[in-house]
Amino acid sequence: MEQALFFAAAIGALGGAIGVVAMRNPFFGVLSLIVHLFSLAVLFLLLTSAFVAAAQVVVYAGAVMVLYVFVVAYVGGGTESAWEPIPGQRLLAPLLGVALFIELSIAVLASSLLALGTDGPDVRAGFGDPAAIGNLLLEKFLVPFEAASILLLLAAVGAVVLAGHLQEGERS
Amino acid sequence: MNIEWYVVLSSLLFAIGATGILIRRSPVVILLCLELMLNAGNLALVAFSRMVGNQDGQVFAIVVMVVAACEVVVGLGLIVAIFRRRLPLDVDELRELRG
Repeated sequence: MEQALFFAAAIGALGGAIGVVAMRNPFFGVLSLIVHLFSLAVLFLLLTSAFVAAAQVVVYAGAVMVLYVFVVAYVGGGTESAWEPIPGQRLLAPLLGVALFIELSIAVLASSLLALGTDGPDVRAGFGDPAAIGNLLLEKFLVPFEAASILLLLAAVGAVVLAGHLQEGERS
Repeated sequence: MNIEWYVVLSSLLFAIGATGILIRRSPVVILLCLELMLNAGNLALVAFSRMVGNQDGQVFAIVVMVVAACEVVVGLGLIVAIFRRRLPLDVDELRELRG
């Protein structure tokens, strides 16, 4: 059961990721990314981290993707030019991707992490649920939590400054 | 399922995202591929947190989500600003900062 769920979610995540890279229209790319994010949420549930899975669905697949859909609808899904500034870019980039995957796999699988081949230790019932994560955030990681809130505030202010009203004479 | 599977899947997703960043030209799609890479990192963090049996990695994954949200907000703000100044939405044609 667990294996079937894992492979279904992994195929969904991979398909979504390939869709993001391959779709010509950015709107379909956003929809593929939503499929990818839901599959990742299933994987997080399989790894007994319920809160991260819920945050993934609510924050990512909900809020962030709505922002993407709005921006794609605003700027329109233009087609990309066929002009290649670097000769053979479309051929070299997948080769580099494959090389990166092989390198990462070697780095992970050849590491001496003995627990990598196991299912992980047995955990108690509340592992990764909202209560446990909330306790950690408000006790052990209080300073990073506050830093994250300041970062979000700065990003909001920055976005307003960047995309707000045009100054006089800026429209060229 | 072994933790190995999750980690290898995460590195595969990261490589796909990196390939997308190298291939595509539209800034919106490049941001989407950046999301793929961040999510691959998140999957590895959660998988290792399960491997150790410690929840600190999940808090780290949530912080990565916050950083990703900030990056999306600033990136999309930049794209909207580029669009409103009638500049081309193509990372190869936006080369004014090139040395």
